[in-house]
Amino acid sequence: MNEKLYLEDEENLGTQVDESYEQVYCKPGTLTDVPFHYCPGCGHSVVHKVLMEVIAELGIQEETIGVAPVGCSVFAYQYMNIDMQEAAHGRASAVATGVKRVLPDKYVFSYQGDGDLAAIGTAETIHTVNRGENILMLFINNGIYGMTGGQMAPTSLIGQVTSTSPYGREAAQVGNPIKIADMLCLLPGAYYVTRQIVHNPNGVRKLKKALIKAFEYQKQKKGTCFVEVVSNCPSGWKMTPVETIKYIEEKMLPMYPVGDLKVPQN
Amino acid sequence: MEKKEKRTGEAKLMKGNEAFAEAAIRADIDAYFGYPITPQSEVLEYLEREIPNRHGLVLQAESEVASINMVYGAAGAGARVMTSSSSPGISLMQEGISYIAAAQLPCLIANVVRGGPGLGTIQPSQGDYFQATKGGGHGDYHLIVLAPSSVQEMADFVFDGFRLAEKYRNPVMILSDGALGQMMEKVILPEEGSLPKTTPAWATTGKTKNREHNVITSLFIQPEEMEQVNLRLQEKYKAIQSEVRYEEIQTDDAEILLVAFGLSSRICQKTVDLAREKGIKVGLLRPITLYPYPYARLNELSSQVEFMLTVEMNAGQMVEDVRLAVEGKVPVHFIGRMGGMILSPEDILHKLESVHESHNAVNV
Repeated sequence: MNEKLYLEDEENLGTQVDESYEQVYCKPGTLTDVPFHYCPGCGHSVVHKVLMEVIAELGIQEETIGVAPVGCSVFAYQYMNIDMQEAAHGRASAVATGVKRVLPDKYVFSYQGDGDLAAIGTAETIHTVNRGENILMLFINNGIYGMTGGQMAPTSLIGQVTSTSPYGREAAQVGNPIKIADMLCLLPGAYYVTRQIVHNPNGVRKLKKALIKAFEYQKQKKGTCFVEVVSNCPSGWKMTPVETIKYIEEKMLPMYPVGDLKVPQN
Repeated sequence: MEKKEKRTGEAKLMKGNEAFAEAAIRADIDAYFGYPITPQSEVLEYLEREIPNRHGLVLQAESEVASINMVYGAAGAGARVMTSSSSPGISLMQEGISYIAAAQLPCLIANVVRGGPGLGTIQPSQGDYFQATKGGGHGDYHLIVLAPSSVQEMADFVFDGFRLAEKYRNPVMILSDGALGQMMEKVILPEEGSLPKTTPAWATTGKTKNREHNVITSLFIQPEEMEQVNLRLQEKYKAIQSEVRYEEIQTDDAEILLVAFGLSSRICQKTVDLAREKGIKVGLLRPITLYPYPYARLNELSSQVEFMLTVEMNAGQMVEDVRLAVEGKVPVHFIGRMGGMILSPEDILHKLESVHESHNAVNV
């Protein structure tokens, strides 16, 4: 094996490694060398990578502070090679508010799952957006509590079987799946709200574009940018990664359609 | 650690809460996050009125839960930051306080205590002594706790609090009460800008090329690592013991010792005078730091006095620490009132005399 193939130095991009190989891709320097702990096929890894690619490409690694949640991405700070804070469950956007208010010229993002952002942290979520905090709120919606073993989430679908809805989620008992991104659009503080996917290459490209926009708006101090990613949970859903893609497309997306929910009015 | 601030200007007549808030601006806070609750709302009101015309930042959050997490974020980003609330609001903050203690973030939290439990009353109390000094939230941690007994100390302890918080990377709590917050007294305020400030190297201010990324966290999932983190915290708490502070009034020849903190100690001063007029040699020890606690000094005094009487506005909380301190060498009695009621100097004198008589009866 040619060790050079595994060069991770971004400066080598596009150079001829030897006679037969040109290096066309590398892990961005904004990711550490710690291997992801995520289950095979989980969307978190892709979102982490896309987010860190965007930060590398925008050249804002030194100016970005991230806030990690409680949930599967609780260790996000081990992988993201930027300054980060680990928040209590549900409180990432309040912590991000604290960071942004004292460092108003830095880029700040929070990264949360559905239980964190749309159940226990609902008040913080709504009021952070209502204040129009100049941060990016990244919301990973896979309709389940992955870290704790696959319990029902606020975004679990009607009929969805989880460890705490073993007979399927019933609206009469526990309410309907909450469409928090749609709700947040009502708030003037929300500048840009979009829903994206990462289970196909086109979706990944679009997420990347959305994140770049969000950081640009943050630079212009436009208000809160909220990017939801409809993702999967092979372990929690008890499916193979391939089956989860079908489930996203057939079940999740009709409830949580992809696309911009609120775009800047000009 | 006692280090008096330089003070300028005339003495002013101020409410405790307002003196506290003004001292915060003079201590050059970067941010205050808070939520209204009686009897401490004047802190937020004062800062909302003053800060826009001076320096720093004030934000009314959606809840105490949000305030304390904003404090976490701002402290983690290297800012000098504080919040304040009253008992029910402080209970809501306990999760965040535990995280702040674990992540070793310096900050100042003021509890203007009201009567509880539950929604309780808005009248003064010392019912949060256990919560403040023994942890309050989950896990093995301690706050440094300062107990002011005057409006002057409400202002001074902001400076002392930040000095300790930043020295030890530990949250500091100022434990006052509804009366100290609301009452007006003469105060000479600390001088603006006299508390130096640096951005700590561990803060999340943006990763520069010449250092590893900074991470603020309280998560250490491997038990071996978590144990080490705990051991380091315990080492720190041991070092903090050197910061113990207390005030003694007429203890030199005292045969009976009153022990009281905060507002109760003010009342006890009058009791000391009343008792001495009657020829009873009474002294007073007032712990100024409730954590660390003056165990050693109380133990020393136990060889001198006939008994101790602990006076609190609660059901008897600090009295447990007094008993721990004297190790059974002398009897430790207690008198207190709860629910926002305040003892009079005469109430304490009566108790003192009746205990004194019963002791003499036993000795005969």
